[in-house]
Amino acid sequence: MTALPRPIADWFARNGWQVHAHQQAMVERAQDPALLLIAPTGGGKTLAGFLPSLAELHEDGRAGLHTLYISPLKALAADIKRNLRRPVEEIGLDIRIEDRTGDTSQSQRKRQRADPPHILLTTPESLALLLSYEDAPRMFAGLSRVVVDEIHALAESKRGDQLMLALAQLQTLAPQMRRVGLSATVEDPQAIGDFLACHPQPCKILLADPGPDPDIAMLKTDQPPPWSGGGGAYAIGAVMEEVKKHKTTLIFHNTRAQAEIFFHNLWLANSENLPIGIHHGSLDRQQRQKVEAAMVAGQLRAIVCTGSLDLGIDWGDVDLVIQVGAPKNVKRLVQRIGRANHQYNAPSKALLVPANRFEVVECVAALEAARERDLDGDPRGRGPRDVLCQHILIHAAAGPFDAGALFQETQCAGNFRDLTRAEFDDCLEFCATGGYALRAYDRWQRLQRRADGLWQLRDPRAAQRIRMNIGTIQDSDTMKVRFRGHAKALGEVEESFAASLSEGDTFLIGGQIVRYEGLREMTVEVSKSASRKPRVATFTGTKFSTSTQLSQRILRMFQKDHWPELPGHTAEWLGLQRRVSRLPEPGRLLVESFPHEGRQHVCVYGFAGRNAMQTLGLLLTRQMENLCLDPLGFVATDYAVLIWGLEPLLDAKPLFHAADLREGLETWLAGNAVMKRTFRASAVIAGLIERNTAGARKSGRQATFSSDILYDTLLKYDPEHLMMQITREEALRGLVDFGRIEEMLARTKGRIDHVTLDRVTPLAAPLFLEMGRVPVNGAAEERLLQEETERLMTVSGIGDLKGA
Amino acid sequence: MNGYAFTLAGAELVACASGALWWADRRLLCFSDLHLGKAERMARRGGAMLPPYETQDTLERIEADIRACNATTIVCLGDSFDDLAAADSLSEAERLWLTRLQAGRRWVWIEGNHDPGPIDFGGTHLAELHSPPLAFRHIARTSASGEVSGHYHPKARLSARGRGVSRPCFLIDGDRVIMPAYGTYTGGLRSDAPVLSTLMRREALAVLTGTKAHAMPMPRGEALE
Repeated sequence: MTALPRPIADWFARNGWQVHAHQQAMVERAQDPALLLIAPTGGGKTLAGFLPSLAELHEDGRAGLHTLYISPLKALAADIKRNLRRPVEEIGLDIRIEDRTGDTSQSQRKRQRADPPHILLTTPESLALLLSYEDAPRMFAGLSRVVVDEIHALAESKRGDQLMLALAQLQTLAPQMRRVGLSATVEDPQAIGDFLACHPQPCKILLADPGPDPDIAMLKTDQPPPWSGGGGAYAIGAVMEEVKKHKTTLIFHNTRAQAEIFFHNLWLANSENLPIGIHHGSLDRQQRQKVEAAMVAGQLRAIVCTGSLDLGIDWGDVDLVIQVGAPKNVKRLVQRIGRANHQYNAPSKALLVPANRFEVVECVAALEAARERDLDGDPRGRGPRDVLCQHILIHAAAGPFDAGALFQETQCAGNFRDLTRAEFDDCLEFCATGGYALRAYDRWQRLQRRADGLWQLRDPRAAQRIRMNIGTIQDSDTMKVRFRGHAKALGEVEESFAASLSEGDTFLIGGQIVRYEGLREMTVEVSKSASRKPRVATFTGTKFSTSTQLSQRILRMFQKDHWPELPGHTAEWLGLQRRVSRLPEPGRLLVESFPHEGRQHVCVYGFAGRNAMQTLGLLLTRQMENLCLDPLGFVATDYAVLIWGLEPLLDAKPLFHAADLREGLETWLAGNAVMKRTFRASAVIAGLIERNTAGARKSGRQATFSSDILYDTLLKYDPEHLMMQITREEALRGLVDFGRIEEMLARTKGRIDHVTLDRVTPLAAPLFLEMGRVPVNGAAEERLLQEETERLMTVSGIGDLKGA
Repeated sequence: MNGYAFTLAGAELVACASGALWWADRRLLCFSDLHLGKAERMARRGGAMLPPYETQDTLERIEADIRACNATTIVCLGDSFDDLAAADSLSEAERLWLTRLQAGRRWVWIEGNHDPGPIDFGGTHLAELHSPPLAFRHIARTSASGEVSGHYHPKARLSARGRGVSRPCFLIDGDRVIMPAYGTYTGGLRSDAPVLSTLMRREALAVLTGTKAHAMPMPRGEALE
């Protein structure tokens, strides 16, 4: 057994603490090339990650960078710095700890590169930036350890893909570097381990004691949830009672808009004026920091929040987590519940609030899964090539490189281990010449191959542009909101929402009702409003799809004879559906046809998640149009898509030919807005569109133009271009999520149950109340435009001026 | 032509849905802000390497418009090339294409701020074209009337049943028309920008381009002092 150095062991003893078994294991395995620690919140996970560094620095206090700590959140880096200083000072270690994020001052950054601290705390983006400088080899040569915090969250996004490429680059600069990952509970630890390790090295996985099972249940309410909707407003009273009974409650919502409405309603019911705050990603940073500080100081009884609080510092005294709306994903639910783990050895307490009748089923299924510790998650798949393109450019910014060596280095990143040399060369070609079929840029290549075979930037000034473009976080087109005459921002709304506002409209932001006054220099100006019925701002915040595993669980639940675990009202509803039609089955596809209010309806229970069902709606209505069924519109949820039109569907089978649906994706869907958004995200990452140009476009400078034009141009003239290939790959997940449609087709294998009825069915009925109906007519926009311009002309009276 | 018909200083004009301006009496078709060679210029300056197909695409649309109305006079209202070097960068095929379009037509290149000097293409090179009652120039003058100009790439936004739509547009009042940018790789300046609200009269119209031309009151912002 490797003992901790005396002063560190004494420090534990002085504080009356025991070294946790997993902390001890981390010290013992400190020399492993890769180590993954999976531990619940509050288990001293971060300290476990740093103990070996403290021990090594105690033994050998040499100067230079020893440990690099990477976290997905800037705030977390700053927080760790504070928390780590305590043991370092109390133990009496001579260790310099600094953080480096987008908020670090210019002079501080310069100094850090010249004279790095022992422990540097940073984010994936700041690390990528450091690696783009020529002095990176000198700065990182002595690096011994890298600690990746919240790696489970990073592993789900391109930020993690980028980080792993950066670690591969670091490993070349510092071959002795050892890797440590810190993770919350995940479904497949080995996958995270493979992600972390330098391929093909193994990664040892250490599992900390997960602590007692959480105490989770559905929140009991006086009235049943409504048939549709997502706000959970019916449960306000019951939630308020729980807040009163607990010290501090986190109230999670799936979307920012729902958090805003709920917060508003909660305050209307807050007769005792309990201190309750709101926290989500569209609020101004200062506002968020204020709420966080109040929370840490124990001044708040509850916070209404979104995924913005999924990660980050321990909140101290949280003793209850309430999840409003179906959790969509069991793993995230379990991780959220872990936020209430204020005492390592006490069970976390959580309550679920289904927002509508169907979500009752989903919540019960999620509860079962959480109790069985049956977590879900889809494998991430291969590292995306847009991230690789950016990585190649970062390499080029740092100095000349050899293509073969870079390819080898890339394969060390676990998520890129399957990358072929040809695929790599395509990315290099894209970075060098644009990779167009029409070789237009031979004179102006971005990267040039020198006589000695190394690649370098043609124009060294390009390095600056590359640095400004680093990162994989998607910018959304948002506009700041502020009170007229005040400089301080309240938060942000989506540009398209801002565009839909006219003077006098009211909406909710940061829990306040405000009145739209106008636009000024790309800022939405508002005033305070006493209105009671605000509209709700739309936010880009990701709308999660119900996971494959949870959808499957729901389908299996439907197969039971009766449902004692469900509340009576919900069990009766399912029973009625079984009597008048049938319930969807895991290996079959249920399609219902029925007339309603003069329209023919088709309901497809695909259970493929919201994004895929939306895409399915687009593809099916297109096919129905070809079959002359005159579809008029559709609405999609996580489990079904409801289509209405003029003609009845007599045979459902021809609609679900896999080849036709795939062709629809390739041809017709290629022109759709979701594909353009998918393209844009990748084009920014790969460096085809510069981030700063995206900003300039927002400010309305005429020199910049929409990325949609680039997409349309490529689609027309160069459809096999690398960026289009990447866009098609990305369409298998994310917004388009065609992969889930493929999964649905593979699962049901043409076994279609087409039920024709004379009226709407119990399971389809809630869909009629869903928001987000999509009109099918492609000419709809033109028609709406015609109506609206004509109306404006008439109202203003200047329509008469025509020909004047 | 598919477009919005209006009268400027007595001249009967059509603001085409394509973004071109048609003066039927003179069989004159006007395009503004083509920005040919934009992708090449960006790459040359070390910027992004955009898909190098925009000159081809712009020429295709010009050709379709010219054929549709059988124009005999073509006016390119300035910023026809993204810079003077971009004019030299056109591929041989694109140069021939342009020459073919010019054959048998009067072709006028108006100077713009991006292409202020002579360019190596056939046709007439002018700072302004006076064709009474109209004057064609790149940048609008506050005191002018009967004026056709470009430069600003105006676009207008409106909300149709909650759907925000933004389109390049013509701005039209009793004194002038400001044309939208025609080039494939061009963006726009919102019509509520102060400079446009200052130039255009209160009763100005915005004619949105696209598959159909839609006229509406010009969305305005605060005018400059």
